[in-house]
Amino acid sequence: MDFSDTPDEAAFRAQVRQFLDANATLLQPGDVAQRTRYLEGPEALARAKAWQKTKADAGYAGITWDPRWGGRGGSPIQAVIYQQEERRYNVPRGFFEIGLGMCIPTMMTYATREQCERYVRPALRGEEIWCQLFSEPSAGSDLAGLRTRAERDGDDWVINGQKIWTSGAHYADFGILVTRSDPGAPKHAGLTFFFLSMKTPGVEVRRIKQISGTSNFNEVFFKDVRIPDAQRLGPVGGGWKVSLTTLMNERLAVGEAPGPDTNDAFRLARSVELDGEPAIRNPAVRERLASWLVQTEGLKYTRFRTMTALSRGQAPGPEASITKVVSATKLQDIASFGMDLLGGAGAVMDAERTAMQAWFQEALLYSPGMRIAGGTDEILRNILAERVLGLPSDVRPDKNVPFNEVPRS
Amino acid sequence: MNFDFSEDLNLLRDQARRFLKDRCPPAAARAVLEGKATWDAPLWDAIAALGWMGAAIPEAYGGLGLGHEGLCVIAEELGRAIAPVPFGSSVYLATEAVLRHGTDAQRRAWLPALAAGESIGCFALFEGPGNPAPAAVAARVAGGRITGRKWPVPDGSTAHFAIVAARDASGELGLYRVELAGPGVVRTPLKTVDPTRDQSQLDFDAAPAERLGDAPFAWADLERVLDRAAVLFAFEQVGGASVCLTMAVGYAKERVAFGRPIGAFQAIKHKLADVYVANELARSNAYYGAWALSTDAPELAVAAAAARVAATDAFHLASKENIQTHGGMGFTWELDCHLYYRRSKMLALALGSAPWWKERLVAGWEARLDAPRAEAA
Repeated sequence: MDFSDTPDEAAFRAQVRQFLDANATLLQPGDVAQRTRYLEGPEALARAKAWQKTKADAGYAGITWDPRWGGRGGSPIQAVIYQQEERRYNVPRGFFEIGLGMCIPTMMTYATREQCERYVRPALRGEEIWCQLFSEPSAGSDLAGLRTRAERDGDDWVINGQKIWTSGAHYADFGILVTRSDPGAPKHAGLTFFFLSMKTPGVEVRRIKQISGTSNFNEVFFKDVRIPDAQRLGPVGGGWKVSLTTLMNERLAVGEAPGPDTNDAFRLARSVELDGEPAIRNPAVRERLASWLVQTEGLKYTRFRTMTALSRGQAPGPEASITKVVSATKLQDIASFGMDLLGGAGAVMDAERTAMQAWFQEALLYSPGMRIAGGTDEILRNILAERVLGLPSDVRPDKNVPFNEVPRS
Repeated sequence: MNFDFSEDLNLLRDQARRFLKDRCPPAAARAVLEGKATWDAPLWDAIAALGWMGAAIPEAYGGLGLGHEGLCVIAEELGRAIAPVPFGSSVYLATEAVLRHGTDAQRRAWLPALAAGESIGCFALFEGPGNPAPAAVAARVAGGRITGRKWPVPDGSTAHFAIVAARDASGELGLYRVELAGPGVVRTPLKTVDPTRDQSQLDFDAAPAERLGDAPFAWADLERVLDRAAVLFAFEQVGGASVCLTMAVGYAKERVAFGRPIGAFQAIKHKLADVYVANELARSNAYYGAWALSTDAPELAVAAAAARVAATDAFHLASKENIQTHGGMGFTWELDCHLYYRRSKMLALALGSAPWWKERLVAGWEARLDAPRAEAA
């Protein structure tokens, strides 16, 4: 075992550092400003687009992608090295993850060559942003229960229905969309997949205010929206398989839930007093820090094991769900714990007055979303139990029944 | 980045697993539990023939020279097999103490017999309830003779000699080798929750004792001995936890209730997914420990504590939820679930309990925050 890079990896890492040093600033310990706050507004978007263009010009966007579409043609291990290094810098995040992590990989698998030529490069350069139109009011964890209708009309499809929890739909230029084209088929068999411009007539985006007070995701309504058949991805009725491609990519993209981590909890515990002594001296505090440290270290070395598998040419499996299951709950617990350390003043969320710019308080409010978005804790446990441990699937009474005969709420 | 065992060691793992599957099924531990023997001496001889006791002993001293990563691989397999042999006491503790703290003459004199399994050692630290602490070592050595009471001592009635933590006339801490069949030693087996492994009380009354090494020996050195053993214990625990999960999954697929295999119910599924997650985190922490142990890295204290805490938690969770998944049958003497449950608690306590290791982890991490090291993310 060793942690050192191979000579090639070390050379690549040095190159990456040189690029980042020249174009971004290093995060300092306790630096909370840019790391987790949901960025909002046209200014933040402009900054993020500029950064994405800089990255793409230097060949660090789409590291594993085909050079034909503007990628680097690099290895998965190079992508991991880039991520490791970029994490240490204060760079804009939060606008391109869904498009580049999920939508464009789906396009590259199913779209025509001409379509890839048209769409991949602008997405990579941050000129066009993509969103993922999947969940619906009655189809969240049970995604295949979606009801947005697609009906064939000549060379077009006509879409009616509603999507929800669509991150970034309010600034996205394009979206990938899964619809029900055949309500008479069993639920997984009646789906068809498309992409479309968010400016298409009949698409209406309404922002959803979250418990954190911010509005990062949206409802998207479709009223007689016409999509040319040429924008269909995969066969008619084959939309579920396309969706799985997207979701597989999502699983590869997940890292630890962003927010105050174990080290930040240590820092806070060392900087505040609890019952007349530094909080870090309190045995109950130390016990909890130890538990999170074991989880944080365990996740870190699990990633190292995954990296080793990647560098040996093996594909990571659903084991990657571990990171999300563990880190989302840990984030929520650390946020709550950080507030406990402030005693009676813990609820005060005033960046001027509250320790670490009220980072823990903010995290308390947004962390519940981390346990839901991108696969709930419960769905991820099902995935681990069924796909990794091989336990039998749950009873699914709607599985082989025509979708329009399935009871609904 | 290479964060896995080498091909050679993976081969060693396969061989060890096949050998133990055949030679050390759970019935071996059960035979000891039911009093048919106090330990599995024929298994010990068979393991000795494979050279495992000398895996990490340099060839110059009669070992295989595989390094500590090799020993970690063997430890995981012995943990899977809940082997009723004094391997941990003799190899992870006594042998390691001699390797690190013995003089060259002592190493030459003692290691070849340890490597061959002809000589079995144990490690006597505790003097009653409590976790490791300088103030908890009262045994005294004067004029080359030791007096004091040590309990519990894992494998104290099985071993030929003990490495004993004691103080000299001036109160200085040291490790001493005491022959257990010699004069001035009374050994009393103790009743424990895991009778598949011997734990005893050792009473020394002016028993001849030879100090390990001639260099000063501080409490931090003793902690280092425990850190090194903790990584190897963690691999045993990870091995045991992983068998528990396999047993529970196997049963959940077969056992039918309410017209379905119980593994189809989310109450069972989510429980076992949580066990899987705990096992994976424990394995990853143990791998980091293996790296720190085999390279004698400055990070060893933190790595060992994290490995120890994660593995202790994982084996406890896996062994208790294995019983729970088996329902009433899991609570019977007849099924093997309890063998792992017992072993899990025994291993959890053998080097000091979880609170002590958690405190070491946090203290070590604080020190690291004060002196950040350049390290890969």
